[in-house]
Amino acid sequence: MSSRARLYSTGIFALGIVAVGLGVSNPYEQQLLTIIGIHTLLALGLNMLMGYAGQISLGHAAFFGLGAYGTGIFTTHFQWSPWASLPVVLVTSCLVGYAIGRPILRLSGYYLAMGTLGLGIIAHVIFREWDTFTGGASGLVGIPPLVVGRLVLGLGRTGFFAVWATVVLFFVLCGRLVDSRIGRALRALGDSPGAAAASGIHTAHLKAVIFSFSAVMAALAGYLYAHLLGFISPSSFDFLMSIRMVTMVVIGGMASIWGSLLGASVITLLPEWLHVFSDYEMMAYGLILMVVMIFLPQGLTRGVLDAFQRARTLRGAASS
Amino acid sequence: MSEFLQFLLTGITTGAIYGLIALGFNVLYNATDLINFAQGEFVMLGGLGFYTLGVVLGWPLGLSFAAAVAAVSLLGLLLERVALRPVKKPEPLPLIIITVGASIFLRGVAMRLWGKDPYSVPGLTASAEPVKVFGAAVMPQSLWIVGIVVAFMVGLHLFGKRTLTGKAMEACAIHRNAAWILGIPSDRMVLLAFAFSAGLGAVGGVIIAPITMCSYDMGTMLGLKGFCAAMLGGLGSHWGAAVGGVLLGVLESLAVGYFSSGIKDAVAFLVLLGILFVRPAGLLGASAVKRF
Amino acid sequence: MERKARPWMCWMAAAAVALGFVAGPKAGFGAEPYKVGGIFSITGSSSFLGDPEKKSLEMAVDEINAQGGIDGRPVEAVIYDTEGDPTKAVLAVNKLISKDNVLAIIGPSLTPTTLAVMPVVERVQVPLISCAAGIQIVEPVKPYVFKTAQSDVLAVATIYKHMQKHGIKKIGILTVTNAFGVSGRDQLVKQAPDYGIRIVKEEAYGANDTDMTAQLTKIKGENPDAVVCWGTNPGPAVVAKNMRQLGLTLPLYQSHGVASPKFIELAGEAAEGIRLPTGKILVADLLPDTDPQKAVLKKYIADYTQRYGGGVSGFGGYAYDAMHMLAKALKGTGGDKAKIRDNLEKISNHVGISGVFTMTPQDHNGLGPEAFVMVEIRNGTWKLLD
Repeated sequence: MSSRARLYSTGIFALGIVAVGLGVSNPYEQQLLTIIGIHTLLALGLNMLMGYAGQISLGHAAFFGLGAYGTGIFTTHFQWSPWASLPVVLVTSCLVGYAIGRPILRLSGYYLAMGTLGLGIIAHVIFREWDTFTGGASGLVGIPPLVVGRLVLGLGRTGFFAVWATVVLFFVLCGRLVDSRIGRALRALGDSPGAAAASGIHTAHLKAVIFSFSAVMAALAGYLYAHLLGFISPSSFDFLMSIRMVTMVVIGGMASIWGSLLGASVITLLPEWLHVFSDYEMMAYGLILMVVMIFLPQGLTRGVLDAFQRARTLRGAASS
Repeated sequence: MSEFLQFLLTGITTGAIYGLIALGFNVLYNATDLINFAQGEFVMLGGLGFYTLGVVLGWPLGLSFAAAVAAVSLLGLLLERVALRPVKKPEPLPLIIITVGASIFLRGVAMRLWGKDPYSVPGLTASAEPVKVFGAAVMPQSLWIVGIVVAFMVGLHLFGKRTLTGKAMEACAIHRNAAWILGIPSDRMVLLAFAFSAGLGAVGGVIIAPITMCSYDMGTMLGLKGFCAAMLGGLGSHWGAAVGGVLLGVLESLAVGYFSSGIKDAVAFLVLLGILFVRPAGLLGASAVKRF
Repeated sequence: MERKARPWMCWMAAAAVALGFVAGPKAGFGAEPYKVGGIFSITGSSSFLGDPEKKSLEMAVDEINAQGGIDGRPVEAVIYDTEGDPTKAVLAVNKLISKDNVLAIIGPSLTPTTLAVMPVVERVQVPLISCAAGIQIVEPVKPYVFKTAQSDVLAVATIYKHMQKHGIKKIGILTVTNAFGVSGRDQLVKQAPDYGIRIVKEEAYGANDTDMTAQLTKIKGENPDAVVCWGTNPGPAVVAKNMRQLGLTLPLYQSHGVASPKFIELAGEAAEGIRLPTGKILVADLLPDTDPQKAVLKKYIADYTQRYGGGVSGFGGYAYDAMHMLAKALKGTGGDKAKIRDNLEKISNHVGISGVFTMTPQDHNGLGPEAFVMVEIRNGTWKLLD
């Protein structure tokens, strides 16, 4: 895509966010939108790994938790300012991501899925069992909110803007990354690792780098989540959260930056809408997931575009 | 010593179940290259179905066992026909998400039908007196479990080597298109694999239910452990599934025995990661596995 | 052209998604009924708490409305499911407060979900009556947070008192690794010295574990006088069965977390002789007629059984008590949240399902040790111990 089109679309996206942020005044809706923003960050990071580099991870909730617990521990046990813990959390997750990614990405296919899944479960056990620091199964209470000047960022409008500003930033960043030399190398890697290696791409290093990048994004999402909610517990970073992240990516559309936004929105909003079904909620949720994937295996983004294109071809045929 | 033996025997019992579930994953993987995340739900449905037939309706235990397994096998067929067959361009990830959706759906159905409470299910023999083995206590149900799992392993092995259908399935597993060219109805083999794998899960559910109770949400964890066992042994290898299952069960049990229960899963998965780093295709697995 | 259209399309689709709920139905203003919120873990692993709580809340609301409501205005309950997830709980609380405009909230069912929502209700000053056991909820006291479930502090004290009386000095404990078990373990460890009891072995099990023989074997090795298990179904039933299997004939004490007929059904034979502290609901028939709770309990059991066809447990009582106390507190306030809070704090001698409540500014739970009784399972039913 041309950089001009990307610039326009990002600009309109940012304007849309400002409009929604100012227009929505109900705290519940603001909060829901904020959570969607956090999930978008998670989905986008994972999409860079899954969609572009073609490497699956079923344990990304580990990094989401690493960010949340990292900053939670620094700010509650050591009374750091949240701003001081931000760089530490990001650097740590980057290093940990690389150190884990390098060996684990030697695996491929289902074995990689299993390896990352194991990683997620080990992280979850650490969050739950290391109770002197993490608060154990009962959770970690009293994480201070982020403060900018005299403005306290909470789950309302302030948090909304903080989270979505981050999302826009990463949209731009990921967009540029995808179009860059690294992006082309990534896609080569995703299409055919052998061919990529043959053309001089250091695949093991590149895979670990993109793994680390997605880990940083997940950790950042966790950081924001912890400070906005003020409370974290291990159940938010379990195996099911990892699966939910993968679902967001696949439902939205692999290798699509906008698909991450769509996937995160749908997966976050669906349970809220399905509340009316009460006892049938779980059935409805599972059914929708299946139906979407059966009929739109490329994800919603691709599906919506295809439908749009079909409609245009039809219209074109009708007018001629 | 008797302590160690107790841990070991406990581990073998749970491990046998993991192995059986792993076997279900393998049968399906061999025929379709697919990992079915709803496998754990088949285990759950087997257990709850057995409860309804055997306890609520009062059918004889043997009959309820067979009927529950048959019903779940049918459900496996249905899943393939309704949810997986219609996908136009089948790629692994969307298919996996479909099975994730199916597992949530089935859990929702089970929650409606059986409610949220766990149920107690009788063992296959009435006796609740443990058998003593060198000072370690073993429940009769554990013997049933190990016996049934071994029987299924051997049966599946013989089926694959001795019967025409079994050989046809193995041929499909090796190369589906080549088998198809040779006149093997690979479509029907896929269906058969679905029925088999769902049925194996249901058997697991029926035999584990007396030990663990059964409830609508029991499947997730068991499915996960079964998947883990399948990978540990090497995806697609039947004997690998058995080895992986028992290894995982014993590891967990020893981790509980000598460390603490809380870190049990971490220990099991650390060992798994270690093994995968040394042998990236599992213990008994073929070297290459398709990537997606 | 085609390629340019792509992000626009997606953005529009996303915007449509976002707008879809913004334009959703809004709660009407100036509505007649008093609105009360309920958030319980109706599905998920803690549904055994949330499900009866939801049903009991609905029942209590109908009872209040049948008697003409509060100051002539009916009560309406808006109930959401947290699935035991703290994030969902916080979302639900905000939805109740800002979308449904409730006057007070009953729930959540669990300690972690309650701890997660407490800062929210404190900030917007909406009274919350939690149905969770953890003592951290009301200690230290937060102005707007109350709770109706008996604290595990009292449950542990009741068990230890019974042990002391029967000369049990060395115990092994086996607790589940979730918030309920951890809180129970902390109390068991903390209070043991006060009763001259020594914990010789501390073990734990995971909520999804299917076999506890390994832990019990280790406990057996230390030769304790009794075993205490702290968890909720089905784990403790597995523990009971495993003890039989290992031939461990020690007295087994369970927590109030399994105080329901379901436990006897699950553990079967192995339930015989197990002792546990429970609210009086399990032994309502055995209580002396002088017990103030007897009439209330019998009515609740009869009504609940008639309405839902059985499955009575003490858990639903948490929400039932909360609603009835809230009804008392609502009287004459005209819906002023600060006044409701003040009234809640003044409630005294409210005879409920979980006990007789007397709230004070220092005690937002309001229950004394008499809220628990010790029972033993004999011949498949509960027997009241002295």
